[in-house]
Amino acid sequence: MSSPDFVRHLGFIGQGLGRRKSVWEYFHIDLPLLVSLVILLGFGLMVLYSATDGNLVLMRRQFAFIIVAIIAMGLVAQVDMRILKRWSGWMYLGGLALLVAVIFFGSTGGGAKRWLDLPLLPRFQPSEIMKVALPMTIAAYFSPRALPPRFKHVFWSFILVMLPAALIAVEPDLGTALLIAVSGIFVLLLAGIRWKLVFSILGAGILSSPALWIFYMSDYQKQRIKTLLNPQSDPLGAGWNIIQSQTAIGSGGVYGKGWLNGVQSRLDFLPEGQTDFIVAVLAEEFGLVGMLFLLVLYASIIGRGMYIAAMAQDTFSRLLAGSIILTFFVYVFVNIGMVSGILPVVGVPLPMVSLGGTSILTLMVGFGILMSIHTHNKTLIP
Amino acid sequence: MAEKITLQDHQLERQIVLSRILVGGTIAFLLILVLLARLFYLQVNQFDYYTTKSDSNRIRIQPIVPTRGLIYDRNGILLAENVPSFTLSLVKEQAGDIDQALETIRSLINLTDDEVDKFRTRLKTRGVPYSAVPVRYDLNEEEIARIAVNQFRLPGVSVDAELVRHYPQGDAFAHVVGYLGSITEDEIKILDPVNYNGTHQIGKMGMENFYESILHGQVGYETVEKNSFGRIMKVLERTDPVPGQDIVLNLDSALQQAAIEALGDYRGSVVALDPESGGILAMVSKPAFDPNLFVRGISRKQYAELNDPVRTPLFNRSVAKYAPGSTVKPFIGLAALNEGFRTTEDTVYDPGYYTLDKHRHYDWTWWSNKSGHGTVDLQRAIYQSCNVYFWDLAADMGIDRIHDFLFRFGFGRNVSFDLPSASTGTLPSREWKRAALGEPWYPGETLNSFVGQGYTEATPLQLATAAMLMSNKGKWYRPAVLKQIGVEGTPIDQRGFLPDIEIKNPEHWDFIARAMEMVVNRGYGTEYRTYGTAFPYIADGNPVKYRMAGKSGTAQVVAIPDEYDRADEVPEKYREHAWFISFAPIDNPKIALAVFVEHGEGGSAVAGPIARQILDAYLLEDGELKPEYRYPQISEELHEEGEAHDEPVPGDFADVLPVRQNELPLAAINQ
Repeated sequence: MSSPDFVRHLGFIGQGLGRRKSVWEYFHIDLPLLVSLVILLGFGLMVLYSATDGNLVLMRRQFAFIIVAIIAMGLVAQVDMRILKRWSGWMYLGGLALLVAVIFFGSTGGGAKRWLDLPLLPRFQPSEIMKVALPMTIAAYFSPRALPPRFKHVFWSFILVMLPAALIAVEPDLGTALLIAVSGIFVLLLAGIRWKLVFSILGAGILSSPALWIFYMSDYQKQRIKTLLNPQSDPLGAGWNIIQSQTAIGSGGVYGKGWLNGVQSRLDFLPEGQTDFIVAVLAEEFGLVGMLFLLVLYASIIGRGMYIAAMAQDTFSRLLAGSIILTFFVYVFVNIGMVSGILPVVGVPLPMVSLGGTSILTLMVGFGILMSIHTHNKTLIP
Repeated sequence: MAEKITLQDHQLERQIVLSRILVGGTIAFLLILVLLARLFYLQVNQFDYYTTKSDSNRIRIQPIVPTRGLIYDRNGILLAENVPSFTLSLVKEQAGDIDQALETIRSLINLTDDEVDKFRTRLKTRGVPYSAVPVRYDLNEEEIARIAVNQFRLPGVSVDAELVRHYPQGDAFAHVVGYLGSITEDEIKILDPVNYNGTHQIGKMGMENFYESILHGQVGYETVEKNSFGRIMKVLERTDPVPGQDIVLNLDSALQQAAIEALGDYRGSVVALDPESGGILAMVSKPAFDPNLFVRGISRKQYAELNDPVRTPLFNRSVAKYAPGSTVKPFIGLAALNEGFRTTEDTVYDPGYYTLDKHRHYDWTWWSNKSGHGTVDLQRAIYQSCNVYFWDLAADMGIDRIHDFLFRFGFGRNVSFDLPSASTGTLPSREWKRAALGEPWYPGETLNSFVGQGYTEATPLQLATAAMLMSNKGKWYRPAVLKQIGVEGTPIDQRGFLPDIEIKNPEHWDFIARAMEMVVNRGYGTEYRTYGTAFPYIADGNPVKYRMAGKSGTAQVVAIPDEYDRADEVPEKYREHAWFISFAPIDNPKIALAVFVEHGEGGSAVAGPIARQILDAYLLEDGELKPEYRYPQISEELHEEGEAHDEPVPGDFADVLPVRQNELPLAAINQ
């Protein structure tokens, strides 16, 4: 893409394009993305400090996870995508095997089997591996095939998506299953499956939703939807979370109550203020201005991700990068939408901010992949 | 790898993916705008609504209960105080399994089944979620420590300190001072809901009840910030409560204790008054009860004991009515002199009985040796307690005149200042009988009334008041338990609310007083039955060190059935009540009292010595009359003081008088 002669004639405007590789590029790090991520992580720590009421033990843990996650991102960024593409099939199969293992050997917590205890390894959720492996596999599946995909290929890739999603759904962990399925479906969408097909599947889904409500959804899931429609129906029970979080957000106003002055969370009215509902703490203490800042940070990360996807040199990279960044957006939207009361309550943390290391680690591995895509072998393919 | 499939058009594929990324990016951007719009709606449009909601979430106004006023006796000795007490409470929502929690508590401290039952009842009736329900009251230090050490095993369990009422002298003042108990449903309806917001107990009896509004004080408020568990995080604003005022009573602890001791194991009552102020110096009712039991919640067993139908410890005998017997004779004698029906010299011949309408009424002397007193004048009729003299008088004077005269001495009405539950007694008259029983008056009934029997009934308080009036020659002070409000307060003047008793010849006061002195002091003479009835029991061989006046009374409870031949065969419940009224010193009266012994039988023999023992305790010091009680010096002072007090100051105290006087009827307490 670069044309030294052309650039030379551009004078000072072209100096940036024509310069030698910077230190960051040498280490395969995308600086704009890194800066946005670090600011977001720092802001997140600040909010978390308030939400945990200054619990230094939790803060230290979170900080350690962030450092580990940044290192992991840096390491993943060094790996050429062609290597990952080659191994993605095996990763997928390995992940699938682990998900099956969870069903038989998984340890139970909170009524669900999600965790796996393997010797020599820390306790982990195999579904986290799938968050990366699935979009990668689907992207690899489409990579050698002509786009837009033929129906046969769409069908098989759909099977590939639904297999791990179904295994996770029976743990049960419906939220994660849906988000993993979405990350695979994003690859399908980006690969250019026909809109006609997309809309007919969507239509079929909407038409079948009453049947889903009657035959499939459990009582607590129905309750969440009812609560979204009318939180006041059970203000001390199911509606409590959503009423309290909206009260926290609303009472924050434009400028917020100030850092560490959030009344709703400090007085324990807001449940899960450190995890899924942390955005309510942020909105209460920093107000609309703080939320605007947060959304701008997310938007810049998503925008940069889109740019990287658009600039990618091959189909595999484009599909993978696009899927990763759209999935990231879905996390952001679902979480803030749920806390502010426009979506039903599903257990999705606010990416990069909520307490919990694994989520950040997985996301940062995803950003490592984006950086790798952006910094490797740009000149090989026209 | 892409090279393997030659059909691929890389440029086209790039176009497809890029357009899809563009669509995705646009949708993402639009959805972020949706989020922003939602946040704008919540944080700008709905800001006021959610701010109010957030504040009402956390800000609570709660009452601060004022500290209750203390109660002192006249010498500054505490009769009722507030002491810190430690209560073990449990919040159901935080404790999880209640049975498990109780089991754990039981393994640490002593917890009776009764306490567990009570706790479960309280748990059922409590209103607000997240409120602490008391499990055990009055933990000692060791128990507090045991709970503290095991706190981690006891979520939702806490030990809280609060001030509780304590009566340091136990049962000594139970009836007159009263006690504090839980507010009942009926009481809630009439209490000021604002001022009693947060108060759980209220005065139930005696002074605690009558001066409730003075002792209680004014409730304070604090605005606090609470978390979702109801725990106070911060106090935002505070209005201090106004503590209740202390009150000082006329009661004298030493005298009260002396009276209790003198009464011994008898059931009965002692009421002592100060003839110079009307102040109630002692008010004893036995058997008594420990008022502290009510403060912390009484057990069923204890309550059952208090409802013993014979002992009736809750019943205040000091203000209950009984037939007064011969104790009314001095007053009736004074009436006879004043109304001109008898002179001091007039005599009557007493053969041992009196005949009215061919029916013989026998005097007490008849039952010992079928004889009477012979010729009797008024003085002898009093010190020998001769019924025939008064029966003869009754026939001449009639019931209505004696009703009017005794009414001036406070019989038949409750004139006390702060004892609204006191009985009015019964002072019969023709009119009274027609109104109360719808029957005409019979002459035989007049005879009974003139010796304090029949319909006539009076309370120990009324007889002590009458004795006071006899001692101070008719100067009316309303009998009052309260001396003053506040330790630095001014004593309340009880003069001038009732007209003093004026008699035509004031020397008759001394005449009757002398007769009463003879009851105690007139020794055995050469003539038959010329000693005072109480002399053998009070002064014989043990002269009284001051001039003591008295009159015994032995009042029939029922007409004793013939089946009992000897006195000791008569069951206790049929035995006569014993009375003794007294005042001393006659020349400088410092104390007037009435002793009542339930089924005590001998007015002179049983009640008389009790009266002397009490007077000795009050008046003597090292076996001699206290210098300040001797005749001349103080008497002049009294005279001056008396003049100074001629101008009463009514209304002074009327403003602070409690409005509520709805003490539970005695009958209700006694059930």
